[in-house]
Amino acid sequence: MELTQEKTALLFARSLKVREHIIRMSTGGGCFTGASLSCADILVYLYSEVMNITPENLNDPERNYLFLSKGHDVPALYGAFAESGLMDSERLSNHLKVEDDIYWHPNRNIPGVEFHSGSLGHVLSVAAGVAIDCKMRKSRNKIFVMLGDGELNEGSVWEALLVISAYRLDNMVIIIDRNEFQANVRTESLIPLEPLDEKFRAFGMNVYTADGHDFHDLNRVFEIVPFANLKPSVVIAKTVRGKGLPSIQERADRWFCNFTAAEVTSLLDELSGGKVTEIESETLIVR
Amino acid sequence: MSYENFLYDIALRDERLVVLTAENRAAIRNLPLKLGNRFIDTGITEQTMTGIAAGLALRGRIPVTHALAAFLTMRAFEFIRTDVGLPALPVKMVGGVAGFLSEANGPTHQALEDISIMRGIPNVNVFAPADEEDMLIGLETVLLSSEPCYIRYNNLKPAMLHSGTFEMGKAEMINDGEDITIITYGMLLRQAYEAMIMLETKGISVRLLNMRTLKPVDEEAIINAAHQTSMIVTLEDHFLTGGLYSIVGEVFLKHNIMNSVLPIAMENKWFKPALLDDVLKFENFTGTAIAERIHQSYLEKNSEILSVRSLI
Repeated sequence: MELTQEKTALLFARSLKVREHIIRMSTGGGCFTGASLSCADILVYLYSEVMNITPENLNDPERNYLFLSKGHDVPALYGAFAESGLMDSERLSNHLKVEDDIYWHPNRNIPGVEFHSGSLGHVLSVAAGVAIDCKMRKSRNKIFVMLGDGELNEGSVWEALLVISAYRLDNMVIIIDRNEFQANVRTESLIPLEPLDEKFRAFGMNVYTADGHDFHDLNRVFEIVPFANLKPSVVIAKTVRGKGLPSIQERADRWFCNFTAAEVTSLLDELSGGKVTEIESETLIVR
Repeated sequence: MSYENFLYDIALRDERLVVLTAENRAAIRNLPLKLGNRFIDTGITEQTMTGIAAGLALRGRIPVTHALAAFLTMRAFEFIRTDVGLPALPVKMVGGVAGFLSEANGPTHQALEDISIMRGIPNVNVFAPADEEDMLIGLETVLLSSEPCYIRYNNLKPAMLHSGTFEMGKAEMINDGEDITIITYGMLLRQAYEAMIMLETKGISVRLLNMRTLKPVDEEAIINAAHQTSMIVTLEDHFLTGGLYSIVGEVFLKHNIMNSVLPIAMENKWFKPALLDDVLKFENFTGTAIAERIHQSYLEKNSEILSVRSLI
C-alpha cells in the first residue's frame, strides 16, 4: 500500500527530529555523525511502519527484531527510538554521561537495543541465531539487520551469509547502508564492493535496491520483501553519508564529528534550509 | 554412558538445549538424526557458529557448540569474548582434542593456551574434566547453569574412580597426603596418579587434586595444600603461561602465601606431534618421568632445608 500523504509528512517530521537529535549528540565529545545521518531515514521508516515494537511488547517472543550491526550509527537508532515512543527523548541529553549507557556504540541495557554491537562483522550471525530459533518455534516474526557497506570488508559477514543461505532463513532481511564510504575513504577507492547486488545474489539472496532517503521507495521495497520463498533478502539502501547537512555531506573527513556549541546551532539551522555552516572544529578523528 | 548419549538425554528433558557444531561431529555423530532441527551444523565456521549460539541464547536456548579447541577458542575468540562473555549468555563451548589430545595433528591444532584465554574473559567459566566419567559427572551442572562455560572435552577412559559429586569451583581430592601436593586437570590426571603411587613407594606422602574447574577455581584447596604440604606441583598439558601454574600463583599472591611450586607444563614451546603415548614419552610427561622430576625437585628442596638447618 502506498504511503498516504499524511503518513509521509509524519515520517518527514520524525526524520527531521532524528537528525536534530544526531546533531545535538555530535558535541561535547561527539559521535559518528556522518554514518548516523546516512541511515536515519531507514530507521525512522522501519520503526514507524514495520517493526511494531512498543515498550509493552519488547519481551514478546513473537515481535520483530532489528539488529544494528554497524553499531557506530547508534545516535540514529536512539533518535528513532525517541521519535517512535521507545525512549524518552530527554534521555538523549545524557549522551556520553557516565551515569547513563548512551555512548558511541549500542548498549543492551537500553530497552529496544537487541545487542551491543560495535565490533563489525558480528551481529549478522547473532541475528541468524535469533532467526533460526524463530523458525524452530514457527514464529512469523521478521528479523532485520543493518550493516554498513564498509563493514562488508569483514570476512565473517560472508561466512555468515553462507550459513544464512544454507539454512534458508527467509525470515531475515539484511539491510546495507550503502553510503559508499568506509571510515576514512570511499569504499570503491579502497576495497571495491561492486557489483554488490551480484555478490549477494550469488550467495543465494533475494536482492532489492532502494533509495534510502525516499520513504516511498523504502515502502515499495519493504512491501515486496517476500519472507517466504526460502531465500533471505538483502536490501541495498543507497544513501548519502552526512545526508541533510551540505556542510559535511559526502566528506571523507566528516566521519566522526565533535562540533562546537555555535556549530550545533548553525547546523540545526542548516538542516532546515539555512546557510551552510563553516565548520572549524577538528575534522578527523580516526577511531 | 557416552557423552553423546548423555547430551541426548538432557536434550530430551530440556527443550532449551540446542547442539551446534562447526562440522566437528566426532563426539556427536548420532545426534543429527535424533535431535532433528535442534542439531545445527554451520559448516567450518567457528565464528558464525558462536554468533548463532549467542542469538539462540538471546531467545532462551542453551546452545552447546562443538569445534576443535584450537579453532573454537582462537579463531572465534573475539566472538566468544564479545557475543557470549560480555552479555553472559549461557552458551556452552566444547573444545575437542585440547592439549596433548591433538596428538599427531601438529602445532596448528595444539590448544595449549585455551585455559589461559578462556578464563581471561569475564563471566566465562572453565571446566576441564580428567576423563569421560569425570566429564559426565559435571556435565549436567555445567550445561544447565545460566553462565557461559568453556568445556575442555575429554573422553579418555578413567584411571580411577571419581567422587560422584560435582560442584563448580570444587576440586576433587583423589588422595590425601602430607609432603607434596600435585594439582592437575584434564587427561594428565592418569599420569599424576601413576606418579603419586611411585612417590608413595619411595616414602613420600602425596596429596593429589583434580582441579575440575579452573574457573571458578578452588582457592581453599590451594590454600590448604600450601599450608599442609611442603611443596606444590602444578601439572598441565598447557603452556606455562596463564594456566594452572599462573592460577596457583595468583591465589598465592592474593592470600599472601609463599610456597615452593614446581610447574610441569609446556615451557614456551609446542610439543612434538606424535601418537599420545609417544608424545608423553618424548616430552617427559609419562607417570615415571613426572615422578622423577618431582622426586628430584623434592630432594633438592629438602637438602636446602637440611643445609639451612645445619648452618643454625
